[in-house]
Amino acid sequence: MSRKPTPPVFLQRASYRQRRIRDAAKLVPFLGIILLAMPLAWSSGAGEEAIDSAGLLYVFGAWVVLILLTALLSSLMRADASLSTKDTPEQ
Amino acid sequence: MMSFNALILVALGYVVFLFTVAFLAERRAAHGHSNWLTSPLIYTLSLSIYCTAWTFYGAVGYAARSGLEFVTIYLGPTLVMVGWWWILRRLVRIGRAQRITSIADLVSSRFGKSTQLGMIVTIISVIAATPYIALQLQSVTLSFAVFAQSEGVSWDQPDFVASGMWVAIGLAVFTIIFGTRNLDANERHHGVVIAIAVEAVVKLCALVAVGVFVVWGVAGGPGEMLNRIDQSEIVLWNQDGGRWISLIFLSGAALLCLPRMFQVLVVENADERHLHIASWAFPLYLFMMSLFVVPIAVVGLDLLPAGSNPDLFVLTVPLSEGRGGLAVLSFLGGFSSATSMVIVATIALATMVSNHIVVPIWLSLQGNQHATMSGDVRHVILLARRLSVVGILMLGFLYYRISGGGTALAAIGLISFTGAVQILPAMIGGIFWRGATGVGAAAGLITGLAVWMWTLFLPSFGIDAIISQATFESGPLGVSWLRPQALFGVDGLDPLVHGILWSMLLNTGAFIVGSLLSFPAPLERLQGAQFVNVFEHSSAAPAWSAAATGAEDLLIMAQRIMGSKEAQALFTQEAARQGKAGYLPEVTPDFIEQLERVLAGSVGAATAHAMIGQLIGGSSVSVEDLIAVADEAAQILEYSNRLEAKSQEQERTARALRAANDKLTALSIQKDAFLSQISHELRTPMTSIRSFSDILRDGDMNTAEQGRYAGIIHDEAVRLTRLLDDLLDLSVLENGQVELREQTGQLSDLLDRAVRAAGMHDGVLEIRRDHACEQLTLTTDLDRLTQVFINLIANARKYCDAQKPELVISVKRDGDRYVVDFSDNGSGIDPENQELIFEKFSRVADGSKAGGAGLGLAICREVMHRLGGEVTYVSQHQGAAFRVRLPHVTAAVALEET
Repeated sequence: MSRKPTPPVFLQRASYRQRRIRDAAKLVPFLGIILLAMPLAWSSGAGEEAIDSAGLLYVFGAWVVLILLTALLSSLMRADASLSTKDTPEQ
Repeated sequence: MMSFNALILVALGYVVFLFTVAFLAERRAAHGHSNWLTSPLIYTLSLSIYCTAWTFYGAVGYAARSGLEFVTIYLGPTLVMVGWWWILRRLVRIGRAQRITSIADLVSSRFGKSTQLGMIVTIISVIAATPYIALQLQSVTLSFAVFAQSEGVSWDQPDFVASGMWVAIGLAVFTIIFGTRNLDANERHHGVVIAIAVEAVVKLCALVAVGVFVVWGVAGGPGEMLNRIDQSEIVLWNQDGGRWISLIFLSGAALLCLPRMFQVLVVENADERHLHIASWAFPLYLFMMSLFVVPIAVVGLDLLPAGSNPDLFVLTVPLSEGRGGLAVLSFLGGFSSATSMVIVATIALATMVSNHIVVPIWLSLQGNQHATMSGDVRHVILLARRLSVVGILMLGFLYYRISGGGTALAAIGLISFTGAVQILPAMIGGIFWRGATGVGAAAGLITGLAVWMWTLFLPSFGIDAIISQATFESGPLGVSWLRPQALFGVDGLDPLVHGILWSMLLNTGAFIVGSLLSFPAPLERLQGAQFVNVFEHSSAAPAWSAAATGAEDLLIMAQRIMGSKEAQALFTQEAARQGKAGYLPEVTPDFIEQLERVLAGSVGAATAHAMIGQLIGGSSVSVEDLIAVADEAAQILEYSNRLEAKSQEQERTARALRAANDKLTALSIQKDAFLSQISHELRTPMTSIRSFSDILRDGDMNTAEQGRYAGIIHDEAVRLTRLLDDLLDLSVLENGQVELREQTGQLSDLLDRAVRAAGMHDGVLEIRRDHACEQLTLTTDLDRLTQVFINLIANARKYCDAQKPELVISVKRDGDRYVVDFSDNGSGIDPENQELIFEKFSRVADGSKAGGAGLGLAICREVMHRLGGEVTYVSQHQGAAFRVRLPHVTAAVALEET
């Protein structure tokens, strides 16, 4: 029973960049939650205070931001490295 | 304006088109041209079955009633997709590694391939999906009715029922043809996937077309549109934060838990990398689907008379504007949404029902008979699946019929979601927490199901339909804290939020408590590790012991599930891998595990496990297996002991080799020394011979002198000759070319001869003998034996360094042989030299003293070896002592007489 070789502590520049892209990808949903929780702070009801098309634009705008961000990160991610290799934790 | 009959024709034509596309895709896939069938684009489009007719038509109605809230249904899935790294990536990897066929299979597999859990999840899914399927049937019939009404024909209830039935039948036919053709779910349903991809494009185009028409055609541009939105009566935002958050959570969870979504996300996934694209492309699709929802709702409210059904604005707005073609496109979009969802949902549910309910029951009815004994299992499973398809569609249709297709049905979409989402804690817990157990999962699922039924599903039929008004107001049997819409006295919440909150809380609570309190079975723990550490592990849980199962039995069973060609190919491949000829491999645990996984792709993990279990006998991790594991450990221990012994042996060998090497090195040095010695030895007599012969040649001397010089020359020549004789003798002996002349004689005579021949007459060495002991009759080569004795005596004479040299020759009996010892009173030979004295050319003492060239003892040893005896140095003796072990003695008369 041999012990698994410990992953290297420091990485090359390219691998390091990949790790950070993955970190960013992991954080995107949290950004989404924050963006989409904003409407909770809006006041409600009809009349002067009513949220109009600006609210609509905000929600769809946030949506577009999420889509573009994910698309960007996905295209930066090296397909082979990110999925086929082990998800080794950084030490 | 298009006539209703023409619409029917268009719908039928569209269906024929879908059939053709599916058929062509299947054929291409069968010919191996499946590259473009498994592209990320197709994968993304197939995910669009999330957008059903309820979202196609209903979203607009939803927006008209509740403003922006409709968008939560799309935002939840968006969050899950953009966060694919967390959950989806893991799910897809697990699905591929474990050959998961459905969400029920996932849960069942994770918790020890439990049949019961598979059943529970299947039941929850079917209950939750039935109203949803009914909703799709309703939307299609409603859209037909819209066209019929536009012709002035008013539909009655029987018309709705009839059209609903025809739609259900058509869907059943399509699903059976393309969804249950092949058994291995991992082979994927290419035809179905292509058909729903086409439908995805159609529905997107339809909705966008209507939206574009509304924004640019009716409102007159985006700016105008925004003004209209601001002025419209729609309340875009009402501050019910609870609903906003709950619905985002609900729809996100539903994306993971809905059987049909699991089918397209995980089971039909051909390549993990497709997730990269789908992670943003699918949210983009959802974005496009919802972009024009609010404009359509606003315009619809403006244009159409008050009281018209906002759920059908997508159809009625173009119709009212006289855009018949657009209306038909929109109709096809809705039709596509409904049919694609129903087809995939039915396939997913049918797989679950057949794998987790029908087949286990069928297997248990078979009792102890082997799964192989009765007919073709493959056939049974396919039949079960087809019947399940029909059954599920029938359930949906019945639900539609009984509920009356009223507005009550529209409300059930989210309730249905909540039901499906009850699987979430077990699923997420299962893939992230190794401590999750089957008991906990079952407790959570059942609790969730019960709470959901009580708080949401049963009340959805309306007051007094199933739950009475009194129960709503004061709880069952007057227990007020069990009121369906105010559990534990939590009042004033939106009923949906209330239901989601309590069902998820209690479900998760029961799951965690159950897991903490119970102890998982061995298989469960193995599977748990496999699932949670899916990125570290790649193999499945080792389970089966290689019990007495014939490979033939397994082959027969596998053939009935996989089909004979595939099964034989698998077995032959394995046999080849094991290096066996023929098609039957050795039944190793590895092979059984592999076979089980392949079968799991067809019938689900639990069933595959059970079927193999029937053949192998008993549950997979039994006491015997544990003993086997212990045995294996013992074997490993034994093996390591053997290794250790072997390494010791090797060390011994290495030591011997080292000793041999040392000896060789010493010998080589000795030989070099000897060569210089022998050249010296040869040169000394040669020098005297030459110088004395020079003197003789010069003449001029008297006869006495001449005689003396000639004598010296003669003596030296004799010495040379003797040296050369010795070398020759040794060479002959060593090559085994010596001829022995057997004679019979007395030992005492031999010794007498030897003493005489050794030149003892000068009295330098005193010899003590015991003549009485020497009366032995020997039959051997006496001359050679004498030669040995002479050598030994001569050695003593030459090397004994005592003041008064003395040699004792004694004869003793040692076992059945006789030995003759020659021991002197000198200082003996140093231990380090004792090894070497018998080697050729060895001379321990300074060579000058010796007459020979160090060949004597070597010759002795060779002679004794030839005669069948031996000569050794006796190291315990004080002086030098040689022991000659005589060859077999024929008659030892004298010794026995004394």
